[in-house]
Amino acid sequence: MADILQLLVAGLATGAIYALVAIGFTLLWQTSQTINFAQGEFVMLPAFFVLIGMSYFGMAFWPAVAVAAVVSMIVLGYLFKRLMVDPMLRHGVLPLVIATIGLAIFFKEAVREFYGADAQPFPPLVAAADISVLGVAFALQSLAVLAISIAAVVALQLFLSRTRTGRCMQATAQNPTVARLLGIPVERMILYTFLINAALVTIASILITPIYLAKFTNGEWLGLYAFIAAIVGGFNQIRGAIVGGLLLGVIDNFAAAYLSSQYRMAIPLLILIVVILFRPQGLLGRIEERTV
Amino acid sequence: MRRWDFALAASALTLISGAAVAADVKLAYVGEISGSGAVSGGNFRDGVILAVEEINAAGGVLKDKIALSQLDTQTNPGVARSQMQKAIDGDPYVILGPIFSGNVKATMPLLQQAEIPHLIGGEAGELTTLGDRYLFRTSFGQQIGMPKIANYIRDELKAKTIALIWVNNDFGKGGRDNLIKQLAERNIKLVADISTESGQVDFAADVVKLKAANADAVFVYSNEEECARIMREARKQGLKGPFVGDTTLLSQKTIELAGDAANGVQGHVGLTADAPIPAVAEFTAKFQKRFNYKPDHNGIKGYTGIYAVRYVTEKKLGKLDRKAFAQAMHGLTIAPTDEPSILIETTWNDVGEIDRISFLAEVVNGQQKITKILPKLGK
Repeated sequence: MADILQLLVAGLATGAIYALVAIGFTLLWQTSQTINFAQGEFVMLPAFFVLIGMSYFGMAFWPAVAVAAVVSMIVLGYLFKRLMVDPMLRHGVLPLVIATIGLAIFFKEAVREFYGADAQPFPPLVAAADISVLGVAFALQSLAVLAISIAAVVALQLFLSRTRTGRCMQATAQNPTVARLLGIPVERMILYTFLINAALVTIASILITPIYLAKFTNGEWLGLYAFIAAIVGGFNQIRGAIVGGLLLGVIDNFAAAYLSSQYRMAIPLLILIVVILFRPQGLLGRIEERTV
Repeated sequence: MRRWDFALAASALTLISGAAVAADVKLAYVGEISGSGAVSGGNFRDGVILAVEEINAAGGVLKDKIALSQLDTQTNPGVARSQMQKAIDGDPYVILGPIFSGNVKATMPLLQQAEIPHLIGGEAGELTTLGDRYLFRTSFGQQIGMPKIANYIRDELKAKTIALIWVNNDFGKGGRDNLIKQLAERNIKLVADISTESGQVDFAADVVKLKAANADAVFVYSNEEECARIMREARKQGLKGPFVGDTTLLSQKTIELAGDAANGVQGHVGLTADAPIPAVAEFTAKFQKRFNYKPDHNGIKGYTGIYAVRYVTEKKLGKLDRKAFAQAMHGLTIAPTDEPSILIETTWNDVGEIDRISFLAEVVNGQQKITKILPKLGK
């Protein structure tokens, strides 16, 4: 029983990170029909921004995190939208998808060129210790990852539902034409979405890198898992991305422990196939009707 | 007239450059510069570069400069084969690498066919049993290292049960098979046998299984990055150990990546930059000055490999002859009195297996501390 609980918490912690990244996928899709296949590399990069701040500019960890967050918002939010999404999107979704695949390769190779192919250590957010609850030891780091991820998601939900800007963003996502008629600055709302996505990937990066180490290849599997999580949960629903991420994290951990660690990478893909076959809109997604 | 001048100048230039190329001693490093083996391959490569720079500064080999080419296997056997073929097409005298056993195995037939001596970094036990007369190790094969570790587990740790976590590649599989055999001979029970993937990043489930095994000791056998991730996850989940392993678990890179999580790890190391030997300390200082990081065992392997090439070529052959080189290496012992940059007395047997002293070590406060020196097997 203790093993199952430990696996559950570890899986939820990993899944919470997938969920953060998957939410970014869904936000970008809802507001601008952008599928960002560089999302995994977007998670990989902020950790290197932190390391650059620390090693090249001699900054302490938390100031380096703050600077990395700002740089991420500019590079992965503002510049990404202005330089890649805006010019490409008018040509349709597919060219943009291909462009983001190219961007992923560019980011990956740039980090390898600049920082090297070796993995780099990354400071942990909390000490490596465990907390005993009812005789079961839980890793403090897993609990911290879980708590920070939940806090980030709750804050995002509150922002979207309780603030005027958030509601304008939702209106933009639901129907940009009507939103424009109502006087909502749609372009600005879309930009906010990109900035929120940059903030989410930064949080995910800071949470995951202490455990997995900073490496230029980190984005490959992270992007794939988050993409699958978003589809499984429902690409057009934030709560779908959350459920998809958590589900994937837990199933991945249990599969590795009780089925086979060799085939663990195949399990999320199997889930994806099953969901696409039997519930193509995702577990919590809604069916979108195409306009003719 | 001008045309003649130009033609003459061009011919002279061609002759000069051709002569320069012909006079170079061509060596190739084909190793893991990127991919999951970049830590090991990068260290090995830098050791090679340091030795080449030193030798060239001192006049080269047989008074000719070494021309070193570097090719990246990307830690991928398919790429390794194509890169090795590219290296062979360059007609090198000797090839250094690859470092990952799977890549060594994939490229071995090409080198055997081309009859080019190759000094490898791979440690899988079977590599020296495949009949390649041109293959020479730069560090212990697992069949040499594992008996020493098994003795350590029995005599020093006094463990009766072991939980093993290993990487499912040629290196890990070979080590696992060798270790299990050695443990069985010493009546040490294997209570968990957990296979993991090369490049794996999430070890949460594996560590839960290790905890559930409740063994007297945990044996970690993987590559450096994965060792560091396993140790971080193990400490995160409060797994107490003791943790025991071989050179990769105690390597400088693993310690650097794992941070405090590496403290308390103990085991056997075939080569280490922390060896209490002045020549090794001198090498470590030179390496650190040149590359701005502390080398691990792979750096020593690359460095001593190049000096072995120079020693055999200059002292044993007096010419560049690949076949004669391979013959001279079999049964050869190079002592530091003969070639100081070999650092530690080293012997190659008739199949290219290596023998030298080795060390028992423990990680204390982020530093590898040597606790015991083990003699050569041949002594």
